[in-house]
Amino acid sequence: MAETTKATRSRRTRGAARQDTGASGAESEAAARDADAGPAGAENAQAPAGTAGGADADAETLVAYYRQMLLIRRFEERAARAYTQAKIGGYCHLNLGEEATIVGLMAALRPTDYLFTNYREHGYALAKGIDARSVMAELYGRSTGVSKGWGGSMHMFDVKTRLLGGYGIVGGQLPLATGAALAVSYKGGDEVVMCHMGDGTAAIGAFHESLNIAALWNLPVVFVVINNGLGMGTTVDRSAAEPELWRRGAAYRMESARVDGTDVLAVREAARTAVERARTESKPYLLEATSPRLRGHSVVDPARYRSAEEKEALKAADPLAAMALRLEEAGILDAEARDKLDAEVTAEIEDAAAFADDSPHPDVSTLFDYTYATPVPSELRRLPADPVFRS
Amino acid sequence: MATVTYRQALRDTLRAEMLRDENVFLMGEEIGVFEGSYKITEGLLKEFGERRVRDTPIAEEGFVGAAIGAAMLGLRPVVEIMTINFSLLALDQIVNHAAKIYGMFGGQCSVPLVIRTPGGGGQQLGATHSQNVELYYSFVPGLKVVAPSTPLEASAMLKAAIRDDDPVLFLENLALYNTKGEVPDDIAEVEPAQIGRAAVTRPGTDITIIGYSRMAHVALEVAERLAADGISAEVVDLRSLRPLDRETIVASVRRTGCAVIAEDDWLTYGIGAEIAATIQEGAFDWLDAPVRRVAMAEVPLPYAKPLELAALPSADSLVTAVRDTLRATGRLSLETAR
Repeated sequence: MAETTKATRSRRTRGAARQDTGASGAESEAAARDADAGPAGAENAQAPAGTAGGADADAETLVAYYRQMLLIRRFEERAARAYTQAKIGGYCHLNLGEEATIVGLMAALRPTDYLFTNYREHGYALAKGIDARSVMAELYGRSTGVSKGWGGSMHMFDVKTRLLGGYGIVGGQLPLATGAALAVSYKGGDEVVMCHMGDGTAAIGAFHESLNIAALWNLPVVFVVINNGLGMGTTVDRSAAEPELWRRGAAYRMESARVDGTDVLAVREAARTAVERARTESKPYLLEATSPRLRGHSVVDPARYRSAEEKEALKAADPLAAMALRLEEAGILDAEARDKLDAEVTAEIEDAAAFADDSPHPDVSTLFDYTYATPVPSELRRLPADPVFRS
Repeated sequence: MATVTYRQALRDTLRAEMLRDENVFLMGEEIGVFEGSYKITEGLLKEFGERRVRDTPIAEEGFVGAAIGAAMLGLRPVVEIMTINFSLLALDQIVNHAAKIYGMFGGQCSVPLVIRTPGGGGQQLGATHSQNVELYYSFVPGLKVVAPSTPLEASAMLKAAIRDDDPVLFLENLALYNTKGEVPDDIAEVEPAQIGRAAVTRPGTDITIIGYSRMAHVALEVAERLAADGISAEVVDLRSLRPLDRETIVASVRRTGCAVIAEDDWLTYGIGAEIAATIQEGAFDWLDAPVRRVAMAEVPLPYAKPLELAALPSADSLVTAVRDTLRATGRLSLETAR
């Protein structure tokens, strides 16, 4: 517990986001000085989007955030179990350790705002407002799943809550999110598009093309890099010449900041700054959230590339434990209430798993239903052994 | 009726569609201020402004992906990729995203996107600027690929593509832009074409020549030359590469008993390979000779003119293949088929 306390306190002081306004020459110079000052200087130089510490969140809100984080935690643990039971196929990337980031980001969005994510997305789907049953059923590949069983873990989509897709190709969602923001701008709407990605994505061409286009055309899109330090097993230091990924915004004169992703309120405040700038000024923003990945890249990855010390340190970095401690210390949620909440959430997840398990598989007769939205003659609808022509 | 170039038909149709539907807008490199590398978008920036005629940075993956994202929110972007060679930079967005979004998410979101792009060699542009890689897109379920060969067909097909809710790759050809044909005086009166339908553009009885885009033109020219020798060639213009109108192809070959496929791409694994496989499966018992393919030589296209000419399919090479095939049927005397 002492370790956790220390980690929590440390986070409180680091909770404030660093910020870089790469918008003009003068500001860029300031940013450069900021960079010269080193990380500590950068942290203190420009107060960003509010401070951590929870001063502006009431007890009820904090408990609600904790509950959402817990829901994601229990959901992912349950998904991992279902995966080992072969209830879930394919790849399965979990958000364990990312809970505070997810809940903080989603708290900054309106229900009408759009979200694009990568393939590590179950928690985002839940926090954007999709029912745990639909998310779990998608993992189980059932017709009641959020993508009717066509997408699986990496490809969730929901028109109602405006989750416009989880995408399995690293970086693929960035141009799409940029284009969605273009559509918002074209139509004169006030929605914001948020686009989530991992740290490895900062190396891909689509990242740079999208940031350039978004800044060039003043599009209301917030790019959020979740920096968990590892692209699969490759550390950020080994894949990025500028490992402080938020600084890449400066190349596009895009405002950018880094925030401690284990502090839900710090994330919310940083995201609010980014989202409101996008909404009111129609300017893109690059936000980096540092957030631990508590397990391997996916369920089946034992993460042997991590040392014993690194694994031990991860325990201290657990945002859920830190939040529990914070709420207990503040007298908001004691152990008993926390256990009650846990039981409630666990029951909800068990219900979701049971629902998924009981749901029907998609009927094979629907195999050709979603190739084209506009039907055309000559579309070939044949199964592997069928002849092209039936005479 | 008015006689216009393929280029003019495209330009006037884009304009008509933009006037018809506020959600239609154009994106691409050099389409605005420069008015298009091949002047397809001439005058449109002046008329519609930057909101609807959007110059993009040189970032094919970025701007094609952005067009897909805009289409997901209900707009109808028409993207110009300067030549099909550059579409390879956007391959991930076209194949992994535009083609997948409707199916992968269980039919929740369509992608009403058009990508216009010309293929074609013969302009001494060298190996990277002379390719015909429509096959890459024709291979992928979820995409539609069309390749009209005349101004009227280009207009009708472009309208169909813009009004279609799926991503459509609209293949043009450098050699077709200055070709002429008749269209209604008011291009708004052109009826949208049916994607997925081929057309018999010249009826005949002795042999079927199958082509698309530039080679559909060459096929008609060859049929005319053969007619002078008493050979009646039927020409099938595919118009749509995906979906492929197999019925029209097979029906024609069943009538004529033999076929030559004319394609501007490479032979191995090319579009012609799919047509040939279709013919053997649908008209095996009607064939009097093996199906022949006329296709580009399997080399990176050279710059030097004699080498380029030798590598590209031509009317002469098609005539040779037709005569060889007719000879193989045994139906015509060697004298006639010489």
